[in-house]
Amino acid sequence: MADIVPLLQQQILSARDQGTKLNIIGGTSKAFMGRVASGDPLNVGGHRGIVSYQPVELVLTARAGTPLIELVAALDEHDQMLSFEPPRFSAASTLGGTLACNQSGPGRPWWSSVRDQVLGVRLLNGRGEHLRFGGQVMKNVAGYDVSRLQAGAMGSLGLITEVSLKVLPRPAVSCTLAFDLGLEDALGLMNRRAAEPKPLSAACWLDNRLYLRLSGAPAAVDATVRQWLGQGERLDDGDAFWVALRDQKLAFFAGKAPLWRFSVNPTAANPALEGDWLIDWGGAQRWYRGDASMAQMQAMAEAAGGQVSLFRGGDRQAEVMHHQPQALQTLQQRLKQSFDPDGVFNPGRLYGWM
Amino acid sequence: MTEVSKPDKARLVELLRRFIDPESVIDDAETQRPYECDGLSMYCEMPLVVVLPDTVEQVQQVLRICHQHSIPVVARGAGTGLCAGAMPHAEGVVLSLAKFNRILSIDPLARSARVQPGVRNLAITEAAAEQGLYYGPDPSSQIACTIGGNVAENSGGVHCLKYGLTVHNILSVEMLSVEGEKLSIGSQGLDSCGMDLLALITGSEGLLGIITEVTVKLLPQPEKAQVVLAAFDSVQQAADAVGGIISRGIIPAGLEMMDTHAIRAAEDFARAGYPGNAQALLLCEVDGTIEEVQEHIAQVEGLFASFGATSVRTSQSETERALLWKGRKSAFPAVGRISPDYYCMDGTIPRSQLAHVLTEMQRLSGEYQLRVANVFHAGDGNLHPLILFDANVPGEFEKTEEFGARILELCVQVGGCITGEHGVGIEKIRQMPIQFNEQELLQFNAIKDAFDPAGTLNPGKGVPTLRHCQEYRSLETKTMPPSTSVKGAA
Repeated sequence: MADIVPLLQQQILSARDQGTKLNIIGGTSKAFMGRVASGDPLNVGGHRGIVSYQPVELVLTARAGTPLIELVAALDEHDQMLSFEPPRFSAASTLGGTLACNQSGPGRPWWSSVRDQVLGVRLLNGRGEHLRFGGQVMKNVAGYDVSRLQAGAMGSLGLITEVSLKVLPRPAVSCTLAFDLGLEDALGLMNRRAAEPKPLSAACWLDNRLYLRLSGAPAAVDATVRQWLGQGERLDDGDAFWVALRDQKLAFFAGKAPLWRFSVNPTAANPALEGDWLIDWGGAQRWYRGDASMAQMQAMAEAAGGQVSLFRGGDRQAEVMHHQPQALQTLQQRLKQSFDPDGVFNPGRLYGWM
Repeated sequence: MTEVSKPDKARLVELLRRFIDPESVIDDAETQRPYECDGLSMYCEMPLVVVLPDTVEQVQQVLRICHQHSIPVVARGAGTGLCAGAMPHAEGVVLSLAKFNRILSIDPLARSARVQPGVRNLAITEAAAEQGLYYGPDPSSQIACTIGGNVAENSGGVHCLKYGLTVHNILSVEMLSVEGEKLSIGSQGLDSCGMDLLALITGSEGLLGIITEVTVKLLPQPEKAQVVLAAFDSVQQAADAVGGIISRGIIPAGLEMMDTHAIRAAEDFARAGYPGNAQALLLCEVDGTIEEVQEHIAQVEGLFASFGATSVRTSQSETERALLWKGRKSAFPAVGRISPDYYCMDGTIPRSQLAHVLTEMQRLSGEYQLRVANVFHAGDGNLHPLILFDANVPGEFEKTEEFGARILELCVQVGGCITGEHGVGIEKIRQMPIQFNEQELLQFNAIKDAFDPAGTLNPGKGVPTLRHCQEYRSLETKTMPPSTSVKGAA
């Protein structure tokens, strides 16, 4: 429960003066993400604690180094949740890292992403200025949306020190159905189900099984189960499956093979690539294990209306994020410059050219 | 970059007419008149030229010419905005995207629609209806406002507590940079690699680029919706009841509050059966599956009673639901009948501060001798005080603006913000330094520079330059005379 902004600020200013670089570190649970890190560690893990939480306002504000599990514990007491189901790659995973890496779990298409739920941030820019953007209210259109811009920036625009989030009530009940289905049939069914006004809250396909989660008022969930069950099976330990999926603890995620993440049109035909696939987010997020060239993967992602990244493993000296056209590259370099003119933060972590 | 001689008006018109239908390059005052303002009509300016291109290539060409000569460009949709964000620049071009009004495709299975920026918000929902889908954000101007303008303002509506704002409901945009270069931002997936440029563009008020295409998400139409109307003897009780619903874990589709002035005006106008003696009224709409609505409506009715509602009425049919909403939806025109003019404010506050803010507002109302009626998106804390005034009384508009500024300051003081959904534009640019300090404003300016170094996209709106701030701080409130009455809707 400490405010260490002055210390962080001093480290930034001294790096700036000395022309050194900083590697932002929270709970180190996502050190595998992005390109290989360089620079002196700038540890935000000590900047932690819930600043304010008003259940009735559905708003929580916490320091960036606060572990997710601490937030979840506070929310649990009031039957509320981080609706974006952030992955806990370890118990040390932090709020700031979750936003910087734009990490959201299985409920994302229905319950929003971390980016969607962010209401405001405080951030130290490369000039060491501690700035506040957005706020602690649901609707706020004053100024550019700097808060959501941070989602996925991997610290390249500054050090997030505090985040305000919209939180939601936990659904009264959840129930998971499983169906034996091949990939193509499962993709079709998950999309058709998502177009129905039913309390669907997650849809995943793995090992020729389609998993659908229903969440909400008991009567609504029960009625939908009766309509949808058919040849399917109602799982007793459904929640355990979604937690393991969220935290990448399923067997699919084990081992050293490179893990690729496709973020694509949920209805797109799956890329014709032999090997292990896992489909999440109702078809909008697809995982592949195996060696492949970035160029080949990018072409497949684009054919599916989206982008690809090399999420874990493989060559992390090379680019791991989808190629950016020159115009967008220039624009992002200029934006980086506007926040961090001396390039102090996370050099080359997101892209080699940044 | 800038040519030695900047073209004069005649030369610019001639340049534009080389590639745009001459009738769509408007240079005479009479035809330009409808473009002199947006929905906030006391801020008026006549532009140099208005152009209505009908291809992206033409828009690119307009931008290239303007960029080359440092001519300001003000993009415009339907002109329903409420912050003078689309007010022309005297030396600039109004770039109307009205002709980009085609829905390019609807993909019912992927639940998305690709549309041109001039497509009306409601037209998307109408086109998607036969597939059982609709577009979520529903600003009150949805009959007329365009999706391009919605992206520029990050528009909300009465359903945003549950369904989000524009930023939550779009997948991608095609846009043109100030130089006329094409940029694709976002994808058909739910996110893209790297920093979230789509969020940055949304709500940027035409300062960063020109939107030429938007892909929106569509939602399945709920099976059922019902609304509960509850009357209370005090605003505090009603505010507590709102908290009670949220605490119970119910996220209503819409949750609106009206105060006594707004209730009476709305009832006189719409005859919806609102209790005339109530101090506060809540409208709570619940949607979802049939079973869910049944369960939640019963809980809401019980909660309202337990929080001291003097009457509770639940819609039993679609007709009755429409009638109960009619009062709320006509609150603005209704207030227009009890006052020659009104000025609509748009602050957001933490809900817990509502009673305090309303009390303080009543005090200010007495101080300024101006009546104020309140409608409130209670679920998300977005407050719309309507200050009643008469523009024909000398000095009264100036007094109204000052009163409005005090309300916005109050919103910031209690932890809220100066604009929840109408945008900053010109109207609230003087209040930006209340919400943001100089370093923050400088950071905004640096972002603007990254996109538009010469500052020709919608100059003077959205974000004050530091020079501005210093002027604003030292300047007494200086206002423009109202040329017409001020009506707006939220």
